Amino acid sequence: MSWSQSDLVAAAYSVVFVFVLVYVAIIAAKLARLQRETAELVELARAKSRADA
Amino acid sequence: MGVALVLALIIAPEDADQGISQRIFYIHVPIALTAYFCFGLGAFKALLHLWKGDERYDLESYVAIHQGTIFGALTLITGSIWARASWGVWWTWSSNQLVLFLVLFLFYCAYFMLRFSLEDGPRRARSSAVYALFGVALIPVSFLAIRLAEDFIHPTVFTRDGPQMSATMFVTFVVCWGAVTLLAYVLYRVELAGKRLDANLRELREVLQ
Repeated sequence: MSWSQSDLVAAAYSVVFVFVLVYVAIIAAKLARLQRETAELVELARAKSRADA
Repeated sequence: MGVALVLALIIAPEDADQGISQRIFYIHVPIALTAYFCFGLGAFKALLHLWKGDERYDLESYVAIHQGTIFGALTLITGSIWARASWGVWWTWSSNQLVLFLVLFLFYCAYFMLRFSLEDGPRRARSSAVYALFGVALIPVSFLAIRLAEDFIHPTVFTRDGPQMSATMFVTFVVCWGAVTLLAYVLYRVELAGKRLDANLRELREVLQ
């Protein structure tokens, strides 16, 4: 496969863009999981407080 | 980052020798320098952990090395693309700087194998810190390899006589370097905050259950 100079420049910048995009997507997924876990813990704390009362 | 992209892809003049492929320089070199910086930061935090025994430095060292590995992978990929454009090959084993950077990258990849093969606790933190500190010796060797070995395959832009480029190219390079450093800093802070939040939630769960 023959690559022109402009193709290679576009490829270099695209690789960086895709890497950053994937990284942000991973962080977003992790943030969503932490949000779910926080909500679960809030529920757990409420249940515990009701049981103690 | 947007300004850096406009400068690198549109405003900066085309290099008389390398043509359009020289524009890869504006992304490849700042990423490589950021990778070195992240590995160095990881080693510095590891030293602080061994010195002060504070657990937070272990996490900071881990996150910095993780960032360094990501930027290291990008350095190798963008460098390989530039090599294809300039030399006609994706990789050459005859360039000492390339090989030494690969060694540095693989060394820090092995850091994760070591870290995750040990049980979570002070022993893992200490072993990881010692390993991270050993790796720091490779950074100046890798960085200065081209000058030490007088290897003329890999281009040397920054010499004792200053940067070998026009003022516009130099400004573009500085802006791109600033943008990549800022990106790395933001990613570092976000990842660190996520890891700390994760640890705090785990602790809270143990307390509540």
